Amino acid sequence: MRAVITVIGKDMVGILSQISSVCAENEVNVVEVTQSILQDLFAMIMLVDISKCRVPFTELSERLTHTGKDLNLSVHVMHEDIFNSMHRI
Amino acid sequence: MINSRDILETIRMIDNENLDVRTITMGISLLDCIDSDADRACDKIYDKICRYASNLVKTGENISAEYGIPIIHKRISVTPIAMIAAACPGKNPVRFAKTLDRAANSVGVNFIGGYSALVHKGFGPGDYALIESIPQALSETELVCSSVNIGSTKAGINMDAVEKMGRIVLETAKRTADRECIGAAKLVVFCNAPEDNPFMAGAFHGPGEPDCVINVGVSGPGVVRAALAKAGDCKIDEIANIIKKTAFKVTRMGQLVAQEASRRLCVPFGIIDLSLAPTPAVGDSVAHILEEMGLESCGAHGTTAALALLNDAVKKGGVMASSHVGGLSGAFIPVTEDAGMIDAARCGSLCLTKLEAMTAVCSVGLDMIAVPGDTPAEIISAIMADEAAIGMVNSKTTAVRLIPAIGKKAGDELNFGGLLGGGPVMEVNRFSPLKMIQRGGRIPAPIQSLKN
Repeated sequence: MRAVITVIGKDMVGILSQISSVCAENEVNVVEVTQSILQDLFAMIMLVDISKCRVPFTELSERLTHTGKDLNLSVHVMHEDIFNSMHRI
Repeated sequence: MINSRDILETIRMIDNENLDVRTITMGISLLDCIDSDADRACDKIYDKICRYASNLVKTGENISAEYGIPIIHKRISVTPIAMIAAACPGKNPVRFAKTLDRAANSVGVNFIGGYSALVHKGFGPGDYALIESIPQALSETELVCSSVNIGSTKAGINMDAVEKMGRIVLETAKRTADRECIGAAKLVVFCNAPEDNPFMAGAFHGPGEPDCVINVGVSGPGVVRAALAKAGDCKIDEIANIIKKTAFKVTRMGQLVAQEASRRLCVPFGIIDLSLAPTPAVGDSVAHILEEMGLESCGAHGTTAALALLNDAVKKGGVMASSHVGGLSGAFIPVTEDAGMIDAARCGSLCLTKLEAMTAVCSVGLDMIAVPGDTPAEIISAIMADEAAIGMVNSKTTAVRLIPAIGKKAGDELNFGGLLGGGPVMEVNRFSPLKMIQRGGRIPAPIQSLKN
């Protein structure tokens, strides 16, 4: 199962490292990362494989959201199927 | 990888534009719970609902967490109780309402619908007793919703039922006068009621449905409005296109949730109801979509045309996104549940006659409208008859959910809170329809019904 992690907020040092360390701690493999910076706004999208994740999906989501909150970033973790079904025919 | 712009669009829809799945509704047949011993029937009903729906709420929450989509309500609809209660003549059917309420509380759902009777052609055994018991049932339960189908394109309009329902709605409001007359907000009168509607208060599990089924109602007026706002100045054709595209995306999300819920609960998927259902929250209003199209205020001349376009485009976009579409499917225009409608009613732009015209081109009908508490029962009946006539002639569902605001007059406010919202009491035409309503009988089915 794959999920999409999106991180949106003000750009600063260490965003990628903090989010990916939470992933690593939980055996979540990062498949792909794209990021863009529009003026000061940072938007990072990670495609991750969570089939070996150590914790249930909801807990992973909570941990990442919590990490985001500490950095004043909005973090979403969502099953990739939602994007496939909404945007692909 | 999925296009990052698409991903951010979805996030924005959920975070800023109130995109959500309004409800996962489990339909449960109670036909196998029929018993001539009313207490035994109630026990069977309670057991069956608890058995089938024990994981409904948890499953909904899990799907919501994994997919990141808010799922606002989890609900249950059951076989019209009049059919079940018919086997227990002489017993007060309120015991069934209380059983439903208890079961709904046990499994943790937000509403349970089906305290209903289908009397479009006439009353069967059980129907009279059930209808007479509605005021007591709705005043003594919290989560039970009730509906009565009083007409259809095939059968005409049962005017005896119309007359009765005017009194029942008034009585229900009186019995709950100390709670903002909320009983009447849980009672719908239908013409052409769908058997698979997941939305309350009119949800029931029709006799033609399977033993158990999952129906999903989507939402998303805020998303449509935001998409139109971005479009800026463009021709009306383009407006229709934007709505179609947006409705497609919203419905695909609903389809995914419905499939997942069906798979996880091992219950067949029934339908997606692709309705634009507003909430009182700012940014989640159908009226604001109409205003975005270029009306100063909802209710202005042009509103009916704008709504017709909206309703049609929502269906065209949604129908391709789902394998089975059903229920009400269209734009809802409940007054107290829609921030834009509330404002329009307050400022005098939106009146009951305009709302009636609007119901001819959208799903449902005169929904969540507070009327003065001294409105005579025959006027309420006559409003139902008018609305049913629109549904009957146009082969569409129409519904009436009026809340007589006991002790209040036009311009005062009712406030239910939550999804039911609140809003101003709207004036009705006071000229009397008494003689017509008292005639009783049945309006014959229109020529449109002869399709065979």
